[in-house]
Amino acid sequence: MTDFTLASARDALKAKKISSLELTTALVKAVEEARPLNAYVTETPEKALEMARASDTRLAKGEGGALEGLPLAIKDLFCTKGVRTTAGSNILGNYVPPYESTVTQNLWDAGAVMLGKTNMDEFAMGSSNETSAHGPVFNPWMAKNSNSKLVPGGSSGGSSAAVAANLCLAATGTDTGGSIRQPAAVTGTVGLKPTYGRCSRWGIVAFASSLDQAGPMTKTVRDAAILLKSMASIDPKDSTSVDIPVPDYEKLLEGGIKGLKVGIPKEYRMDGAPPEIAALWDKGAEWLKAQGAEIMEISLPHTKYALPTYYIVAPAEASSNLARYDGVRFGHRAKGVRDITSLYEKSRAEGFGLEVQRRILIGTYVLSAGYYDAYYARAQKLRTLIARDFTEVYKKCDVILTPATPGPAFAVGDKSDDPVAMYLNDVFTVTVNLAGLPGLAVPAGLTANGLPLGLQLIGKAFDEATILRAGLAIEQAAAFNHKPANWWRAA
Amino acid sequence: MSVDKDTVRRIAGLARLAVPAEKLEPLAGELNGIFNWVEMLNEVNVADVPAMTSVVAQKLKWRADVVNDGGVAEELMKNAPEHESTFFVVPKVVE
Repeated sequence: MTDFTLASARDALKAKKISSLELTTALVKAVEEARPLNAYVTETPEKALEMARASDTRLAKGEGGALEGLPLAIKDLFCTKGVRTTAGSNILGNYVPPYESTVTQNLWDAGAVMLGKTNMDEFAMGSSNETSAHGPVFNPWMAKNSNSKLVPGGSSGGSSAAVAANLCLAATGTDTGGSIRQPAAVTGTVGLKPTYGRCSRWGIVAFASSLDQAGPMTKTVRDAAILLKSMASIDPKDSTSVDIPVPDYEKLLEGGIKGLKVGIPKEYRMDGAPPEIAALWDKGAEWLKAQGAEIMEISLPHTKYALPTYYIVAPAEASSNLARYDGVRFGHRAKGVRDITSLYEKSRAEGFGLEVQRRILIGTYVLSAGYYDAYYARAQKLRTLIARDFTEVYKKCDVILTPATPGPAFAVGDKSDDPVAMYLNDVFTVTVNLAGLPGLAVPAGLTANGLPLGLQLIGKAFDEATILRAGLAIEQAAAFNHKPANWWRAA
Repeated sequence: MSVDKDTVRRIAGLARLAVPAEKLEPLAGELNGIFNWVEMLNEVNVADVPAMTSVVAQKLKWRADVVNDGGVAEELMKNAPEHESTFFVVPKVVE
């Protein structure tokens, strides 16, 4: 029951082969049994069963939306009315939003069922889910002949683990520098970061507002197309939501990739990258070529400046966005302080974790008098150059194929002492956020010791349909049908 | 450019983060590691490059200047760490 995809469960529900209540009950049980993975921070079983019953009533009448009766996991960055939302931080404590984010409201309007809220790096700042105030999430995957626990990627690590371990049919994630695509790649799942402006940011706890974008995390490319259709909308509550109608992405999956021009950026061949990554990348290009695509080498000359640019722009925006957590109106408040400044300083010091504090300090520094031009203004100019690189190559090609990550999942604790080493996880994904483009991670193979690796397809702005079609071509050629062994139920 | 202990103390003050004295030095070291890494941006000539202000080509939208939400003060108080009726309570601000 729990290994249904969105598409297969939707069809089974419509054909009355299963009920949403049966499906939801099975998933609620799977979620409870998988607590050792720490993928969920808040489970909402009563709500899930109630929503499932309501869906069954609608389905029985032949009614219902595109996601009617389909159980989903929601990243804890999305505000959910009446359900605790923490963004993985102690500073939000037991914050219960009095409103619903636009993306999740769209999902409930389409009939989806909420199983609970998933763990994540604090304020989405991390690539391993280890900065969460709720503790790390463990990757359902383990290397062959090893018992060492691996990270599920981050920041949407609870969502990626939940999808990979069949603890939901699909999940929502958010992606500021790679936080959907990197965790998807290291858990053998599909992750799509849409074009900036495609999904409303309203009601999503803000990290870096010019980069943040919500997207689907699913078991298949088709499911990503289905879920994106319901997540995306034109939202008057988000001034950066773009006025372009949402297409039927699932319908647009058909048609194949004959004549598709695929660019291979030479700057993504990194020194010191594992040979397995390069081999998989070559294989991906061959798969697309065999299905009629035209492969060409391209150049994105400013690629190496993307990560340092990101680590100025994102902390700068974060330091401004996180100024709202002051211990006055909601969230954690320090005890026993006598003046207002100490109230702010102590509440923030107690509530924010170390990585968040580090980024607030970086952001405050690069925006401070005397340093603004040297750092922030320069980074915003580099961002223009990085985006221009893409504009240039898209005169010649339709999509770009790259590896999704520089390596497979690593062990818990391996990179947590070296911030720059951790930041390098996003080397292939971060350019896409800086340029506002859509990017899709698709599982494409296993390493010699049995860990999943993914490939990334980057598209033109608002051309999610083409990367989904190319992603489907890779998915079919790779025939990736591996699943992790279930070790957590015994734990 | 290199960040020292006093700079960290000053930024922490601007950021309203209480940083214990013994943490200032290690934090300066960490921040310098990151700032040394971003130094590579200085290799690029950005003299004639405009700063990016919007990543998608869309004008910021206008909306009608009307009240369309609100009147929920009591609901908002449910998340307040300390409040009296619909007022947030803070330490004394004005002497």
